[in-house]
Amino acid sequence: MRPVANTRSATGIPTARLAVWWLIASEIVIFGGLLASYIMHRLAHDAWSQQAAYTNTWIGAFNTLVLLSSSLSAVLGHKAADEGNGQKAAKMLYFTMLGGVTFLVVKAFEWTSEIQHGFTITSNTFWSFYYSAAGLHAMHVLAGVIVMGIVAATAKKNEELHRVELIGLYWHFVDVVWIFLFPLLYIAK
Amino acid sequence: MAESAPATHDDHHEPSGLIKYIWSTDHKIIGMQYLFTGMFMALVGGFFAYAFRMQLAFPGVDIPGWGTMTPPDYNALVTNHGTIMIFWVAMPVLIAAFGNFLIPLMIGCDDMVFPRLNRLSYQVFLLSTIILLASFFVPGGAFGGAWTAYPPLSAQSTYNLTPWGAPLWLLAVALEFAAFLMGGINFITTTMNSRAPGMKMHDIPLVVWMIVLASIIFMLSVGPLFAGAIMLFFDQVLGTGFFDPNRGGDPVLWQHMFWFFGHPEVYVVLLPAMGIVAEIITVFARKKFFAYTPVLYTTFAAGVASFTVWAHHQFIAGIDPRMAHIFTVTTLLISVPIAVIVFCSIATLYGGSIRFKTPMLWALSFIFEFLLGGVTGIYLGAAGADVYFHDSYFVLAHFHYTFFPIAIIGTFAAITYWFPKMFGRHMNETLGKIHFVGTIIPFNLIFIPLFILGLAGQHRRIYSFSLFPDLAKPEFQDLRVFATVSLLVMLAFQFVFLFNFFSSMIKGRKAEKNPYDANTLEWTTESPPPHGNWSELPSVYRGPYEYSVPGRADDFWPQNEPS
Amino acid sequence: MFEPFKVEALSTFASDIDGVIILVTILVGFWFFVAQAALIGFCIHFRHRDGHKAQYIAGDKKSETRWITIPLALIVTCDVFIAMADGPVWKKVKEHRPEPDRIVRVIAQQWAWTFVHPGQDEKLGTPDDITTTGDLHVEVNKVYHFELSSRDVLHSFSVPVFRLKQDAIPGRTIVGWFEATGTGTYDIQCTEICGIGHGLMPARIQIETPEQHAAWVSERSQTLLASTTSLRAGQE
Repeated sequence: MRPVANTRSATGIPTARLAVWWLIASEIVIFGGLLASYIMHRLAHDAWSQQAAYTNTWIGAFNTLVLLSSSLSAVLGHKAADEGNGQKAAKMLYFTMLGGVTFLVVKAFEWTSEIQHGFTITSNTFWSFYYSAAGLHAMHVLAGVIVMGIVAATAKKNEELHRVELIGLYWHFVDVVWIFLFPLLYIAK
Repeated sequence: MAESAPATHDDHHEPSGLIKYIWSTDHKIIGMQYLFTGMFMALVGGFFAYAFRMQLAFPGVDIPGWGTMTPPDYNALVTNHGTIMIFWVAMPVLIAAFGNFLIPLMIGCDDMVFPRLNRLSYQVFLLSTIILLASFFVPGGAFGGAWTAYPPLSAQSTYNLTPWGAPLWLLAVALEFAAFLMGGINFITTTMNSRAPGMKMHDIPLVVWMIVLASIIFMLSVGPLFAGAIMLFFDQVLGTGFFDPNRGGDPVLWQHMFWFFGHPEVYVVLLPAMGIVAEIITVFARKKFFAYTPVLYTTFAAGVASFTVWAHHQFIAGIDPRMAHIFTVTTLLISVPIAVIVFCSIATLYGGSIRFKTPMLWALSFIFEFLLGGVTGIYLGAAGADVYFHDSYFVLAHFHYTFFPIAIIGTFAAITYWFPKMFGRHMNETLGKIHFVGTIIPFNLIFIPLFILGLAGQHRRIYSFSLFPDLAKPEFQDLRVFATVSLLVMLAFQFVFLFNFFSSMIKGRKAEKNPYDANTLEWTTESPPPHGNWSELPSVYRGPYEYSVPGRADDFWPQNEPS
Repeated sequence: MFEPFKVEALSTFASDIDGVIILVTILVGFWFFVAQAALIGFCIHFRHRDGHKAQYIAGDKKSETRWITIPLALIVTCDVFIAMADGPVWKKVKEHRPEPDRIVRVIAQQWAWTFVHPGQDEKLGTPDDITTTGDLHVEVNKVYHFELSSRDVLHSFSVPVFRLKQDAIPGRTIVGWFEATGTGTYDIQCTEICGIGHGLMPARIQIETPEQHAAWVSERSQTLLASTTSLRAGQE
């Protein structure tokens, strides 16, 4: 029961893609607010660099690599969907999901180790930002993986192939957020 | 090239009764759900105002319907009065209710582009409403740290003494934001993509433009506060120190996040109200809206400028005093675009043939009252004068002169105007006018005394002035009593409205398709519109305000009528 | 009728602030009445009468839009005047602090004001400091600096007769100034909501002549001295 409204396109841009762009715009200001707060605090507290020294840059770098590669398979999925090859698009999305899950698993081990070393969300405001920002991002990764599973399941049946592009857009956004988080939380020591 | 409604509408089985109402994805029904929830919350917020005004006029008295008021009660009531009136009345009614009802009808399509997202938006909103109301019944009572929720007071239960109330309040507000983000995406994309064939940018009625612009401003301003709400929530329940100065946090950061959203929020609710007024005055003055295109661009400018004025709420909050000069200038400058919109609304009346029907009375009184709210804002924008007025009853009276026209007058204007389209019947005109007079006159009698008290140095959110000898003089108390009695009169007249509203819904005079001879598309379908809105979706041939066009016998020219 | 609501102006910058308020009243008051007059005038003059048709005015010709643009240019001019008048006043109140004759400490907490005055040595931070709760004693015609701090949440230090207001922020000390120009006893308010006792933390400011103030300082110093001596005597 899709309304006629959903089938029109006065701008020439598909409505669903417009909606995803607006969603991303509203997310940018949320992460923007959080990161701007973090940067302001960080500039005011030189001592935080000692806390940041305990973060593991190599694990962060590995996760960056994983996310970037998963974005690549999302792009390949989009290409396959454009060609009308739902099977292949779904397969590519499964690779992307694998990347997302790997990212989360690595993150879980990383956090466990940090918490065991006594760096919890309340130990210091640096760690509060660390867990809040990365945690909010991880929630987005998790949500992306779940939605991607649904999209892949329909794409496999060669239905709703335009959704492959949409979830890809969202995934790139999640990726870009991490590109900001990684230097801010890990590299700057 | 009109499209016909798809066959799916015919073989779509309509579930009946309450289930249909609760589980509907029809934009009109979701609009009604928002409207009724908003009206209910307006009654709650009005009751709170009644209770704390009674305490101020007659300190310590046993208030009928509430009992004796304690300081925690008082703080919880003023906090939630503000929160409810802005987030649970102004926004759901002006944007969500009328946005949902009007956008598809005014741009000529059958529904929102994402009907199920729309339904989810209302359901999340309803959940937030329930959480907010529930916060009054938890141990420690409801949050009482003002609707601005400045930390450290809001962040630590050892300070606010509401260990459950404060996080629940924050959770409710955050969910409400999420609901409006979902609704906003629908409003924006529907208007961008689903307009009737032939409807160009400048053929969109102003109220639709205003609701869409309001949604965009909301979406772009609420982000940092959403992040701030997460941080504050962690401070409250996990014990982080984002806003705790003793642990490297900064309490003033919240103020920036709050007002970076809070000031644009004024325009988020103002713009739809101004759009409603624009629709009504053009119809009842039989006039084209004066300078439609410049007004539209001015509104864009006002939206952008609204992001540059936030720190005028913080002149004395400990920010660098040199910043005040910049924010004074931006604040004075934002008076210009708003003045354009108001002046053009007044100019629209010039040369008109004005009929003073109830909706028109509300629309005209909106301009009349909002002007006073607007000019008193200049005092507060000037940093020097703000030193004296900040957090006084002058501020309180000022923003009630903006928010009352927006949330109450604007809503009554819209309800009385679109009632025939919403419910297929007319409201009673005599009762409508009695209600109008019984609301507007007491409104002024409530807040003009509060301006005087503010000038005399009376400060806000005070449970009892008996401990302040300069403010406890009998003359001051007389004014407080006067304001409270005016409020009681105003509240009493709202029963006239409620009676008129519900009785007209059942046995009002039947409404035809286009009772006001209006041009916009919603008047070209049945009253009330069927599921799918039109049996054949309309096409558009001209702008929305072609009234009294020379050389035509009719003084109106519907948008869908081929030339 | 408004006499009881008049707030005296008792600081060197109070009349400047009142000046800004009066200027704004005149400038925006004028436009307020012009706009209301136009609104009401149009409503009366262009009311619906049988046989009269409304005019068709799009508002896109220069001859029409100048009715908007000219008032706007004038409004911008008024805004410039307000900003020009306001800037120096704000500077005087909040940015430029004259050299102090005396410094007092103002400490806000849930829900009381504590004031620390210098004793007879005129210096803060010495054993003869006079600490009071809910009572600030100042001398007329002397430049005072106040060091404002908070022990818990946000508060705001407001003295209406001085037209003075400043938020107190935990973790910071904010310095401000005033110079009283008249004597008497007046309210000090907390103007930032600070919890359930927000309305229950009143204080008074006593503005005294030099003689009264000296007498108060010496009287308090005597009691202070007496209490410390008796304390010592008790210990021995």
